[in-house]
Amino acid sequence: MAPVTAAFAILPSVYSNHLLLFNFVVFLTLAQGVNVIYGFTGYLPFGYVGFFGAGAYGFSLLVMHLHAPPVLALGAAGVSAVALGLLLTPLLRLSGAYFSIANLAASLAVLHFISNPNLEPITRGPYGVSLSGVFNPDLAYSIAVAVMAFALIVVVYLRNSRFGLALQAVREDAVSAASAGVDVVRVRVYAWLISSVIAGFAGGVYAWYVSVFYPETVFGSDYSIFAIVFALFGGVSTIIGPIVGVVLLYGVYNFIGFSTPQYFQLIYGALIILLVLFLPQGLISFVKRRGVDVP
Amino acid sequence: MSPDAILRIDALTKLFFGFRALDSLSLHVARGEILGLVGPNGSGKTTCINVVSGLYAPEAGSVVFDGEEVAGLSTHKLVHRGINRTFQVPKPFMHLTARENVDVAIAYGRNPQGEVDAGALLASLNLDALASRPAAELNSAQQKMLDLARALATGPKLLLVDELAAGLNPAELDWVAAKLKDFARAGMSIIVVEHLMGFIEQVTDRVVVMNAGHEIFGGTLAEAVQDGKVVEVFLGGGHAG
Ligand SMILES: Nc1ncnc2c1ncn2[C@@H]1O[C@H](COP(=O)(O)OP(=O)(O)O)[C@@H](O)[C@H]1O
Ligand SMILES: [Mg+2]
Repeated sequence: MAPVTAAFAILPSVYSNHLLLFNFVVFLTLAQGVNVIYGFTGYLPFGYVGFFGAGAYGFSLLVMHLHAPPVLALGAAGVSAVALGLLLTPLLRLSGAYFSIANLAASLAVLHFISNPNLEPITRGPYGVSLSGVFNPDLAYSIAVAVMAFALIVVVYLRNSRFGLALQAVREDAVSAASAGVDVVRVRVYAWLISSVIAGFAGGVYAWYVSVFYPETVFGSDYSIFAIVFALFGGVSTIIGPIVGVVLLYGVYNFIGFSTPQYFQLIYGALIILLVLFLPQGLISFVKRRGVDVP
Repeated sequence: MSPDAILRIDALTKLFFGFRALDSLSLHVARGEILGLVGPNGSGKTTCINVVSGLYAPEAGSVVFDGEEVAGLSTHKLVHRGINRTFQVPKPFMHLTARENVDVAIAYGRNPQGEVDAGALLASLNLDALASRPAAELNSAQQKMLDLARALATGPKLLLVDELAAGLNPAELDWVAAKLKDFARAGMSIIVVEHLMGFIEQVTDRVVVMNAGHEIFGGTLAEAVQDGKVVEVFLGGGHAG
């Protein structure tokens, strides 16, 4: 965890494409957020981007209307995402594909709400947000690395704590977890809110970094699909699985996918289905099968 | 009826889409007693355990545990009050190790005697050699013992065991019977659901015979086999176990 954080803290001084590095950091963060909710509870959040967008707008509203300093506005990003998470907790009653589809629908509903032209005085509606007053990509990048470190710490905690063990127990068998004394509904909601705050912070710091964006940018389903495929590909419920997934797949995407992004949506969409069906533990499972305990 | 019952079920009814799986069932368990719950397949024994352990809420009737009405409370709350169970088809956390299976219950079970030692608990059920293996690699009898270990980790006052003995060899049966009697001697109350009458005879103080969701007999097993209704249900109903 420390090496990853250190690497992305140092890389900007040796590599000039800062936007690309920033995107890596954002996806490393989101992939860990997906890891929290999917890897530890088994809910596949196709609308995960909703929290990212909620964070981006929570940040922007505070900056636009209250001229809040960015770091304070990041707090609002987290709060917005958690508020959306709380609003969506009833979805946790759904199982499997029903949850995933309802979550996707919810994220689209939030997108349409925010981009409603009638809300222009508040959200700028479909015309997008401009935060040129706080534009500071170097600082925003550093904070993004800190947010990523936070996400990594959360997953390290889940891997090594009783709470993380309880979540895995619930994922394995909710009835038996209750028989072990676990309040199943409560721990699921906690995991859901933790994963939402991670995406909320990521969305807030994204808004800060780019400073100009449209609703479709921060609610684009690419974010959900990419974060899910990266986490799944490397291997969920581990710390390094999602990191491996982002580095490999986002690397490939940037190497050859930039000119033809539409194929990548298709390929990655198909990859999610194949991974869920045939390699649910991701690449990491090849190492685990040899008896190696992957952190 | 004993005034000092740890569990008192009265007129309990559980419907599945109109079908009466429990049909005004009444029974009680005294403190430190091992009660055998027997009856043909489909008579509602597992459903009784499921309702008492909070998996299903009953449509009618009452479940008084330790002097308080608990019908309809959720499972984890009942676990914290002191009711736990094993499953007819074992339900361990398959991808977690045997030790982690018990660790969850130690961490969340709120055992009134304090947290038990996972290693000692596993050893007491002959699972110590398997502690670091995923539960999925255990055989069915071992998985049942792991269910039992998880239940014991929470320090239950009332233990409900659902066909724990099925699939065990005679030596293991004796061993499990002795275990259950040890628990009862230490003050635990137990309901044992079992088809093997030898096992029931060995461990229980008293039996309740169920048919079609209702109790038809309560007394010793020796008296039960003399009872006309019981004989009819077992001989006519097919599965005598
Ligand atoms: N979850 C359920 N949904 C529908 N029917 C059920 C359910 N659980 C049990 N039943 C029905 O209730 C009856 C009693 O089942 P059960 O309690 O498992 O019997 P036993 O354990 O005595 O063999 C059976 O007819 C069974 O099919
Ligand atoms: Mg049964």
